[in-house]
Amino acid sequence: MERVHRRLSRLVTPAAAPYWQIAPLAGVFAVFFLLPLAITVIVSFWRYTEYSIIPAMVGDNYVSIFAGCLAELPGLCVTFKTYLSTLKFCVLVWLVTLLLGFTVAYFLAFHVRSLTWQIVLFLLCTIPFWTSNVIRMISWVPLLGRNGLVNAIVVGSGVAPRPLEWLLFSDFAVVLAFVHLYTMFMIVPIFNSMTRIDRALLEAARDAGASAWQAVWNVVVPLSKPGLVIGSIFVITLVMGDYVTIGVMGGQQIASVGKVIQVELSYLQFPLAAANAVILLGAVLAIIWTMTRLVDLRREL
Amino acid sequence: MAQRRPASFYLLALVFTLFVLFLYGPMLTIIVLSFQGPTGGLTFPMHGVSTHWFSRLWGGLGVVDIWAAFGRSLKLGAVVMVLTVVISLLAGYAFRRRFRGSAFVFYTAVASLIVPSIIVSLGIAVEFRLLDACIRWAAGAVGLTALVDGFTTSAGTFTSGLGAHLTWTLPFGLLIIFAVFNRFDRRYEEAARDLGATPRQTFRHVVLPLIAPSLVGIALFGFTLSWDEASRSSQALGADQNTLPLELTGLTTTVTNPEIYALGTVTTGVSFAVILVSLLLIRGLRRRPS
Repeated sequence: MERVHRRLSRLVTPAAAPYWQIAPLAGVFAVFFLLPLAITVIVSFWRYTEYSIIPAMVGDNYVSIFAGCLAELPGLCVTFKTYLSTLKFCVLVWLVTLLLGFTVAYFLAFHVRSLTWQIVLFLLCTIPFWTSNVIRMISWVPLLGRNGLVNAIVVGSGVAPRPLEWLLFSDFAVVLAFVHLYTMFMIVPIFNSMTRIDRALLEAARDAGASAWQAVWNVVVPLSKPGLVIGSIFVITLVMGDYVTIGVMGGQQIASVGKVIQVELSYLQFPLAAANAVILLGAVLAIIWTMTRLVDLRREL
Repeated sequence: MAQRRPASFYLLALVFTLFVLFLYGPMLTIIVLSFQGPTGGLTFPMHGVSTHWFSRLWGGLGVVDIWAAFGRSLKLGAVVMVLTVVISLLAGYAFRRRFRGSAFVFYTAVASLIVPSIIVSLGIAVEFRLLDACIRWAAGAVGLTALVDGFTTSAGTFTSGLGAHLTWTLPFGLLIIFAVFNRFDRRYEEAARDLGATPRQTFRHVVLPLIAPSLVGIALFGFTLSWDEASRSSQALGADQNTLPLELTGLTTTVTNPEIYALGTVTTGVSFAVILVSLLLIRGLRRRPS
C-alpha cells in the first residue's frame, strides 16, 4: 500500500509533468500514424482475394507491381511510367513554385517597408490556404473550359481559330492547379527565413560593389536556404502522393502513384495498395533524405 | 525612410499583384457564377442574376445528402478545432522542458505532416478493418451473437475520421505553439510565482492572456484544415459518412449545373466567416488592456 502510494505520488511530481502533457499528442500519433504505417508495411506482405485479406509473408504484391519491368527495358512498364509521370509533375511544380514563392517572399520581406503592410499582404497570400482545395480546383472550370473565359477571349480575338482543348483536363491544368494550391507552402518558410536576414549584410554587399542581382544571388539565396528546402519538401511530398488534384484537373484520365493506390483501395485490394504505398513512402523518404542533407531541419523549426 | 523606390520594386509589385489576382480570380469567378440566372450554365455569359441555384441547393442535390455531409463536416471541424488547441497547448508545455523521447515525438509530428495523405489514409483504413475483425472474433468467443450480427464497423466520423484529421492538424498546432513559447518571456511567470501565484493561477492570469491570440490562430488552422480535408480521411471514414469535401470531389464529375458553384460559395463563405472571426478575435485580444 505504501509502495503504491509512493508510485502514484511520483506520477504527479513536477518531473513527471512533461510526460502526461505530451501523452495526448503522442497517443494520437501512435494510434493514427505510427501504428497504421506499421500495419501498412505488414499487410503489404499479405495475400488477398476478392472479398478478404489473408495473413501471409509473401512478396507477391511487390512482384506483381514490378512484373515485366526488367524484361521490357529499355521500354517502360506501367509502374515505371506512372512514377515517371508523377516525378514529371513534381519537377515542374517544384520549379514554378520555387521561383514564384521566392519572388513573392522577396518582395514582401525586402520591398514592403511597413510592418502593417507586410502583415496585410502576407495574410492576403495565406487566406486562400484556409479555404477548400476542391473548390479552388473547380473554380478553374469556368475559366479554362471549352466554353470558358480564356477560350472566349482567344477565339474572339482571333489568336486561335477554335477553342484550345489543352487548357482543362490536361497536364497543363494539373500543374496550374498545383501551383495555385501549393505556392503558399513555399512563400511562408522562405519569407520566414528572409525576415531573419540582417539587413546590414545587404548594405555591406552593396557598399562592396555588388549589383542588386549579385546581392540577391550571393547573400539572400544562401541565407534563405532553410526556407527554400522546407518549402521544397512540402511541395514535392504533396505532389508525390496526390490523387485528388490530378484526378479533378486531369479529368480522371492522368495516372499518378497516389491514384493507383486509390483505385486499388476501391477494389479492396488492400495488400497490393499497401505494397504500392510502401514503395511510394520509400521514394518520398529518399527525396527528403537528400534534401535534409542540405539543412538542419530541427534547428530551423 | 523616404528613399526613392528602385525600379525593381515596381516590377516585383507587378508580379505580386498578378499573383494575388491568380489566387483570388478563379474564386471570384465561381462566386459570381453561382448567382447565374435559371437558364444559365457553368460558364459565362451570365443569364441574368438570381439565387435560383442556391434555392435548388437548399433542396438537396438529388441522391447525395449534401446537408448531412455539411453538418458532419461542421461538427467534426469543431471537435478537431478544440482537440487541436488543447493537445497542442499541452504538448507545447511539455516541450518547454526536457523529457525522454522528445526528439522522437517531434520528428514523428514532422513526418505526419509530410508522409503522403493517401498512405496515412490507407493505413488507418486497414487498421480499423483489422480492429473490426478482432471485435467480431472477441464477441463471438464470449458468445455475444447479437453483437456479432449487429456490428458493422468501428470506423466512423468521430473515430477513424477524427484521428485522420488530427494527424494533419496537430503538426501545424505544434509548430505554432513552438513559435509561441520560443518568444515567450519566462520572467512573467517567475514574477507571478514570486508574488505567490499557484501554477494554476499563473496559467490562468498570466500565460493564457499572453498566448490567447496564438491559440485562436491554432483554432483557425484546426477548423479550416479539417473543414477542407479530403485526401487523408478519404479511405478512413465509415460507409455513407463522407464529409463535405469528399462529397464535393465526387460531385465534380456528376453535377453539370451551377449548383456546384452555389455549394462552393457556401463552403467558401463558411471558411471566410471563420477566418474573419479569428482575425478579429486575434486583433481584439492583442489590443486588450492588461
